Amino acid sequence: MSFFGVSLDRPGHSVVLTGNEAVARGAIEAGVSYAACYPGSPTAEVLPTLARLGDRFNIYTEYSTNEKVAIEGAAAASFAGLRSLTICKADGFNVALDFATAICLSGSVGGMVIMVGDDPAAHSSVKEEDSRFLARTANLPVLEPATVDEAKEITKSAFDLSEKLALPVVVRCTTRICHASGDVCLGELPQMVKQASLSRDQKSITSALFASFTKNKLKKAAALAENSPFNFYTGPENAKRLVVASGPSYTYTAEALEILELAGSVGVLKLSTTWPLPEELILKHLKTAGEVIFAEEVDSFLEDGVMTLAARHWEDVGLIKFYGKNSGDVAGPGGPFVGELNPDIMTGCLGKVFGVSYTPPEIPNIQEARGLIKNNLPGRELALCAGCPHRASYWALKTAVELDGRDVIVLGDIGCYTLGLRSTGYNVLQTVHCMGAGVGMASGLGKLDRFNFRQPVISVVGDSTFFHSVPQALINARYNQSELLCVVLDNETTAMTGHQPHPGRGVNAAGLQVGRVEIESVLTGIGIPVTVHDPYDVEGTTRVIFRLLQEKGPRALILRRACALVSVKGKKKDRVYVDQELCIGDSCGCARFCSRVFACPANIWDNEKGKAHIDEAVCIGCGVCASLCPQKAIVVERTV
Amino acid sequence: MLASQVIAAAAVEAGYKVSIGETFGASQRGGSVMSHVRISRKKTYGPLIPKGHAHLVVGFEPLETLRILMEYGCFETAVVMNDRPNYPIGCLLGEDKYPDPAIIVEAINRMVAQNQVLAATELAKEAGNPLATNMVLTGALSGSGCLPFDSQYFINIMDTLFTGEIKELNTRAFRKGLETVRRDQG
Repeated sequence: MSFFGVSLDRPGHSVVLTGNEAVARGAIEAGVSYAACYPGSPTAEVLPTLARLGDRFNIYTEYSTNEKVAIEGAAAASFAGLRSLTICKADGFNVALDFATAICLSGSVGGMVIMVGDDPAAHSSVKEEDSRFLARTANLPVLEPATVDEAKEITKSAFDLSEKLALPVVVRCTTRICHASGDVCLGELPQMVKQASLSRDQKSITSALFASFTKNKLKKAAALAENSPFNFYTGPENAKRLVVASGPSYTYTAEALEILELAGSVGVLKLSTTWPLPEELILKHLKTAGEVIFAEEVDSFLEDGVMTLAARHWEDVGLIKFYGKNSGDVAGPGGPFVGELNPDIMTGCLGKVFGVSYTPPEIPNIQEARGLIKNNLPGRELALCAGCPHRASYWALKTAVELDGRDVIVLGDIGCYTLGLRSTGYNVLQTVHCMGAGVGMASGLGKLDRFNFRQPVISVVGDSTFFHSVPQALINARYNQSELLCVVLDNETTAMTGHQPHPGRGVNAAGLQVGRVEIESVLTGIGIPVTVHDPYDVEGTTRVIFRLLQEKGPRALILRRACALVSVKGKKKDRVYVDQELCIGDSCGCARFCSRVFACPANIWDNEKGKAHIDEAVCIGCGVCASLCPQKAIVVERTV
Repeated sequence: MLASQVIAAAAVEAGYKVSIGETFGASQRGGSVMSHVRISRKKTYGPLIPKGHAHLVVGFEPLETLRILMEYGCFETAVVMNDRPNYPIGCLLGEDKYPDPAIIVEAINRMVAQNQVLAATELAKEAGNPLATNMVLTGALSGSGCLPFDSQYFINIMDTLFTGEIKELNTRAFRKGLETVRRDQG
């Protein structure tokens, strides 16, 4: 839908785009030539948007194996005079950081923009991280849009800024920009000729000697920030009460002040250039302010910067009371450094600081309603989809581990399969950290035998995770002779982030067939014996895992079966149903094994009939549950 | 998610400014999903609706409808909802008990002045595919008369956004929702 809006050649016209699409449009309008990413929520949709338009606008788009390779390729394009865009989530920026801290010294040529998507409240992440601190460590300017429209304008302007400074620029977005939608005013589409050029005389050298040049670039960035059109002030002149805000928190603040009827008496300094800070602009407002409150996510980046600035100029700014995360005054239910902000939290915090009380409109009969349902509102935990091959894999793993009986340690990693930590995955996994960490840790555990550690170790990784960072850890395990079983759950896609392809799929970002990089070949090349099995064959998989647990040395098992969501899209499904004569309900003694224990969302219980039932709106026809029913009451009608 | 995009596109065609706040990714692996859609003639608002300020709640599932309404609704909130439960894994495992859907509807009726309940998944099946439930509910929303623009904008948008069989299915589903609500309102 919005893909239609992203490529529209109607300058001045407004379309509704998601934040990610807005960033893509901004890059297109700036004449971007090279875009690379490893898929990470909330930024995953930027690259496929550019990829679909790659031919039309002459843009090379790439799914890189990881964010370090992505940023390196993008830097190369910049070095050759082309404009490049690297896209990642905060966790991905961690992976790219080694290079980012180098390129600030060697400098960029063609405009180089790094779009980093932070995830306050960790909607699709294992942690909340504020990447602005890392951008500062890497000596890179940070621009933060507050709205979807700004995301486009700021991304476009970031390329110009990068070329002015010969320094990459970070455009820092959050989930409430990336996955939000809003009106975007379209600009002109580019008419340029894109020509790569690189001579033998051009150097890109990282050296401590260049640190002072980089610091001067940041001084120049700060001077430019003083006049940035993306910073603005609204409210009374010489406001004694001031809110300093960045990102979507600005919109929450504006709305909160409206609700509290304080918009006329409280000033709001909205900043989009949050590193380096426009010091003169900020000081101008600090001089008249007596109370300053900070609205930002995730951490106290702006707050710390402004307070340090105030401390350096204490004689000019005088006594100011600061309210923010450090004072605990700006905080959601989880505390000041936890969770995202929203209009309600800002209304509560601003109301408290400024002494204005506010109660949201309530539902008069809410207590009656609560009474009717006996205050019972069950939570909704994350769950693997119906037919997910990981469910079958975890079933087999759990069974094999129990049969083994030696307290097998099972380490997890990042992907849909991380849900193996929860009841939907039978609580099989006991660790999760970051991409590839499970294998690194397994390699370590596998060397603790001299300290009387005898438990077998299994590390579970996905196929996309494998290509991201696993071979390094497996080479380590082989080289250092560590005992571990690496189980690769190969569902032939990067599922959690939206089914992007990866090297094992043999399809690239442009949708072209390219040779597959086979996981088996990589493992064999490392010298690790590999077995392959279909997880839907739960019994067979259980046997294979048990057998492998008895073997020695580093070894791998690939459990290969396509993601359920991908395999049924647009196809006819096998019909699976419960034979109502064969199912004997609770008198079976299986304790509702299919719905209660196997717990696939398609296995439900018909309370009226007192028997198992398959929810045909949800079932994809994999038939795994059929092999588990003790009465053989679940029937699979194979039509495919 | 698609429903919010369709509503937004129709609103923009009708000359409104739109903001949507929602989450993709992990939250869609069986967790609670909510989309906030904000429509205004004058302003572009932030992506999240403040508590108690929702004018409309479109609920795809009874438990989630109740949950969201309790947080974002007020007496004037109009509700359009599907009657079909989607059991959270906690309920499947027997750790939690899913409340009787009829009682959930009763509780919602006590809370708000206007509640339109429909068997949206059944209507979607009649239209050809249970996955078209979202379009049935979009049609129902349009039929409720609570939006400041009429159903023709939706029809036009679906014509632009979809092609072929998908367009046929979605349009059929939309019309079923629309007609059911108009019929019930008499």
